[in-house]
Amino acid sequence: MAKYENTGSKDTRSGFGEGLHELGKENENVVALCADLTGSLKMNAFQNEFPDRFVQVGIAEANMMGIAAGLTIGGKIPFTGTFANFSTGRVYDQIRQSIAYSCKNVKICASHAGLTLGEDGATHQILEDIGLMKMLPHMVVINPCDFNQTKAATKAIAAYEGPVYLRFGRPKVPNFTAVDQKFEIGKAVLLEEGTDVTIIATGHLVWKAIEASEILAEKGIDAEVINMHTIKPLDARAILESVRKTRCVVTAEEHQMNGGLGDSVAQLLSRELPTAQEYVGVDDSFGESGKPEELLTKYGCDTSDIASAAERVIGRK
Amino acid sequence: MSDIKHLENHASQTRRDIVRMVHAVQSGHPGGSLGCADLFVALYQSILKHNPKEWTMNGEGEDLFFLSNGHISPVWYSVLARSGYFEVSELNTFRKLNTRLQGHPTTHEGLSGIRIASGSLGQGLSAAIGASISKRLNGDDNYVYVLMGDGELQEGQAWEAAMFAGAKKTKNLIAFVDWNNRQIDGDVKDVLDLGDLGAKWKAFGWNVMEMDGNDMQSILDGVERAKSEGGPVVILMKTEMGQGVDFMMGSHKWHGIPPSDEQLAQALEQLEETLGDY
Repeated sequence: MAKYENTGSKDTRSGFGEGLHELGKENENVVALCADLTGSLKMNAFQNEFPDRFVQVGIAEANMMGIAAGLTIGGKIPFTGTFANFSTGRVYDQIRQSIAYSCKNVKICASHAGLTLGEDGATHQILEDIGLMKMLPHMVVINPCDFNQTKAATKAIAAYEGPVYLRFGRPKVPNFTAVDQKFEIGKAVLLEEGTDVTIIATGHLVWKAIEASEILAEKGIDAEVINMHTIKPLDARAILESVRKTRCVVTAEEHQMNGGLGDSVAQLLSRELPTAQEYVGVDDSFGESGKPEELLTKYGCDTSDIASAAERVIGRK
Repeated sequence: MSDIKHLENHASQTRRDIVRMVHAVQSGHPGGSLGCADLFVALYQSILKHNPKEWTMNGEGEDLFFLSNGHISPVWYSVLARSGYFEVSELNTFRKLNTRLQGHPTTHEGLSGIRIASGSLGQGLSAAIGASISKRLNGDDNYVYVLMGDGELQEGQAWEAAMFAGAKKTKNLIAFVDWNNRQIDGDVKDVLDLGDLGAKWKAFGWNVMEMDGNDMQSILDGVERAKSEGGPVVILMKTEMGQGVDFMMGSHKWHGIPPSDEQLAQALEQLEETLGDY
């Protein structure tokens, strides 16, 4: 079937870098900050072309978040760049008080999220960041699925007034969404229509969900696949509409089962439409060193895990 | 009346406001608020270029002030109200349900004069640096001021920020340290000694000054001198916690406890009502 074609694997962080560079040309209020990871975050193009609007803060993430908050006073739109671990857990209180509670227009851009960071291991593989960020009032949480979507999301969040957490990653992953897509914050994308089970995925696991739907199709199972690029605000309408049809759901994310997309979906469904649900995610564990694909397999976040979760949940209808 | 006398009168009223506010809700932080009353009055009544009636978040073309040690909110609220940011009668609502005058300052309730929340310590200098970079990018050469507590300098983020501003030569940034040597658990030197504070800031690349933060003339002269220094300037400001109320001075005890009815009366006897109580 292969309705979606990988046009050439690319890293989502490069989508961020390209989006940021274009924003720099389009909007003189866009300012970028980085904590000694300019190359890793692909911020070099912005830095080279707009050195006045690039703030190298050194290895001092707490200060970076505070400076970013201060930059909004005067109308700047700051984009902070560092790894997801150092963008969230390390600086939670700074984000909570100076950005979220203070309603500052800061874009927290976080790379190397999840298991697919790979060989650096558990110290850097944050699997709790979606939960941490979505718990903060005012915070928007976005986890795009590929290069094109990350670029589109980067540009879209500049036009949104308010704090945003944008999560992306390190490895090259299939690039399959449209180059010219319009990114709408909070509006899920229906990738595959189906009637037997709803698979709601975010980030790198969206492609895995598409692959899983192909495996399921071979078994005669008609899966609906939703790309939930925005975890907060959650697109309740898209979820309820789909689940009313399929009456069961699988959520898939490169994150702890505790506190991630799956919990957001479960919270919605428990209130509005109690439904059998299976979680694909990391089950209350830290990660470890390894290749991204090996880690996804070992920690139950691979294509086959999504497919078997779908079969299980259909059996619970 | 001389300018200095006018400012001193204002500070006396602000000290009355502080003890009355904290007494009314039996919570809040009178000690540091009293100690910094002279600085706040000097800033808002004389030093700052600001526009209370048409306050904007961005404050373009104006000086900005950030309070990092947000627990001394009573002094800020009193001085903001009496400088025209909001009605003085609103001081009655301090720390009460549905108030804009939260225990620690916030932008959340839309109170004029507050540009970022503070209370969790160590964050204000970073915000002030960000605001000064924003001013530079906007071609706005007005000043950004920030006040921190001395105990607050035990927070690591303060030194991340200090290192940044010193290394990058952040312009038009003047930081005050409320150097009262008191914090909740005792004297700063006993809790965690800051050592040679001036040498620390100097080593981080700042111009370092000292002034008497409980003397109006010293404050006015000190800030004027700081403005001529260029680069980031830190003013280590000697103050007395509880200044103006004899039984609140001389220890850390009044950092965060309210006076009783009798203690309020005793305090008010020492503070002249110059502008009319709220």
